[in-house]
Amino acid sequence: MSDGTAMVKLTYREAMREAIREAMQRDERVFLMGEDVGRYGGCFAVSKGLLQEFGPERIRDTPLSESTFVGAGIGAAMGGMRPIVEIMTVNFSLLAADQILNNAATILHMSGGQFNIPLVIRMATGGGRQVAAQHSHCLEGWYAHIPGLKVVTPATIEDARGMLWTALEDPDPVLIFENVTLYGMAGELAADAGPTDIDCARVHRSGRDVTIITYSASLFKALEAAETLAADGIDVEVIDLRTLRPLDEATFLASVAKTHRAVIVDEGWRSGSIAAEISARIMEGAFFDLDCPVERICSAEVPMPYAKHLEQAALPQAETIVATVKRMVRSHV
Amino acid sequence: MNPASTTSQAALSVDRAHALDLLHQMVRIRRFEGKCAELYSAMKIRGFLHLYDGEEAVAVGVMQALRPEDAIVATYREHGHALVRGISAGSIMAEMYGKQEGCARGRGGSMHLFDAKTRFYGGNAIVGGGLPLAVGLALADKMQDKPRVTCCFFGDGAVAEGEFHESLNLAALWRLPVLFVCENNLYAMGTALKLAQSVTDVAQKAASYAIPALPVDGMDVLAVETAAQNAAAAVRQGKGPYFLECRTYRFRAHSMFDAELYRTKAEVEKWKQRDPITTFVQRLKEHALLSDADLERIDREVGQEIDEAVAFAEAGTWEPVEDLTRFVYSERRPE
Repeated sequence: MSDGTAMVKLTYREAMREAIREAMQRDERVFLMGEDVGRYGGCFAVSKGLLQEFGPERIRDTPLSESTFVGAGIGAAMGGMRPIVEIMTVNFSLLAADQILNNAATILHMSGGQFNIPLVIRMATGGGRQVAAQHSHCLEGWYAHIPGLKVVTPATIEDARGMLWTALEDPDPVLIFENVTLYGMAGELAADAGPTDIDCARVHRSGRDVTIITYSASLFKALEAAETLAADGIDVEVIDLRTLRPLDEATFLASVAKTHRAVIVDEGWRSGSIAAEISARIMEGAFFDLDCPVERICSAEVPMPYAKHLEQAALPQAETIVATVKRMVRSHV
Repeated sequence: MNPASTTSQAALSVDRAHALDLLHQMVRIRRFEGKCAELYSAMKIRGFLHLYDGEEAVAVGVMQALRPEDAIVATYREHGHALVRGISAGSIMAEMYGKQEGCARGRGGSMHLFDAKTRFYGGNAIVGGGLPLAVGLALADKMQDKPRVTCCFFGDGAVAEGEFHESLNLAALWRLPVLFVCENNLYAMGTALKLAQSVTDVAQKAASYAIPALPVDGMDVLAVETAAQNAAAAVRQGKGPYFLECRTYRFRAHSMFDAELYRTKAEVEKWKQRDPITTFVQRLKEHALLSDADLERIDREVGQEIDEAVAFAEAGTWEPVEDLTRFVYSERRPE
């Protein structure tokens, strides 16, 4: 965001829509396809109005055939187009996992570098809306396991607006995960805001006592916790990873070297999580900088329950972050 | 089990030079596959190896209908398709040796032959997984007004996959220029079609998606060629996808690890009576289109080509291990 430019108020959803609109205007090879992206306006209303603006050739409603429309996105990308494939939610991406893992992630390599896949796949992710175990998965860390893919997790309105174009310019497949709880978030953005990088973590709040490493919607729980802790005189640094693959470890290792304490907040399940990966990297790269063990705050290891109190208990919460950070700071003064 | 025999008039009308070329191509594949089996036993080739013996008429017949600008998506049993498409025997053999002179630099192996120059998009080894790619390639052509055909080969095993049905539906719905070619060799690995499908008429399934679908005698190269020419012409005219079910048979085991417990020797022998090469030779001789001298020449030329391919693969080099993690992400970055 630049100083002195006019600011506009908009939601995360609108920022994403503006990003799609701009991409469609800038590059005629770009098109959007997925379930209910056209006439319905998108399950989360992200693409509302785009069918009327760009027509059915470029805003394509697909049948409920995740594997085939994702595979068709791969084929179209190899055939010279720049598809944006919307999978309604990460939960349904499992029906396309064959295409994502066995084709999108492998063809460049299997072909000895001959065929790259300039494909963008967007999907909604995450829990917190009482939609139970089949509609609340948070699997971006799981996709980040796969070489050949890039995994980005825009948390802010600036990134919702800026990451798509950069992803489309990338010669390789990029998965964009949009946390469902963020779509309605409103904020301000420079009227001339444009593309943002998709390689670097960002220090969202600077501090000297503890580093909280997080991504996506958990960023805001971390920031809330940081405010609470500030009132207690604990100065927290908050890092938004922004991209889970490739991981920008230089940024969080430098932060840990400064604060000597690290907490990872990850909406994914704890076992085998991206939080586990980050913890391992801190152990490998900043072990002697640590004043206390790395802590992880992840989702409880249960399929997401429907009942609100249970669901909230399963998800990482600001209170847990506050308690964890206090314990870390007080036990190692 | 008994594909409609089409001892057609076509044999009479075929041009001699073209007939010899078709024969030459089929013999190339047969001899190449034989050499692969030999080199597998000699441990020069490793991993999975799926040979195409018996099915040569399908790849050779269909490829006649394709132009250089068209695209091909094939399966893991694709040596024949790659050879006929014009990928050199040497680079295919080097690929199977794991050498960097291979058509995929030794990163793919037998199941993953790729070649950008001939628009050969694999070598796909997840059954059914190639169909959506073909749909997407055709979608790109349609959106860019490129009058090209994407030809997608797959086996009868793919018919059981959801992607088969999804892809046929989407290609028909969006009228995409895909030529679907089912190589129905009656077995998905070791499971007979009749043990896997409630309806074994594959063409009928395709027709249910409002796609023109034709069963073809996949042991008759001229029948396949004629059907493919008609199909490709319809696709080029913008009439949407077309489906050919080529009824054929695999003479060898599924792969090099198959004891063939699921079929009888008698069944294999019965199908070998319909060998696409020997029956074609016989027909051409009956119509005085082929001499023993022609056969000797083809045999000699093919032998020489394969010897050269093996020599090329033998002389190939190993990619340095330092390059291991290349081609995971593109080396050419934007800006």
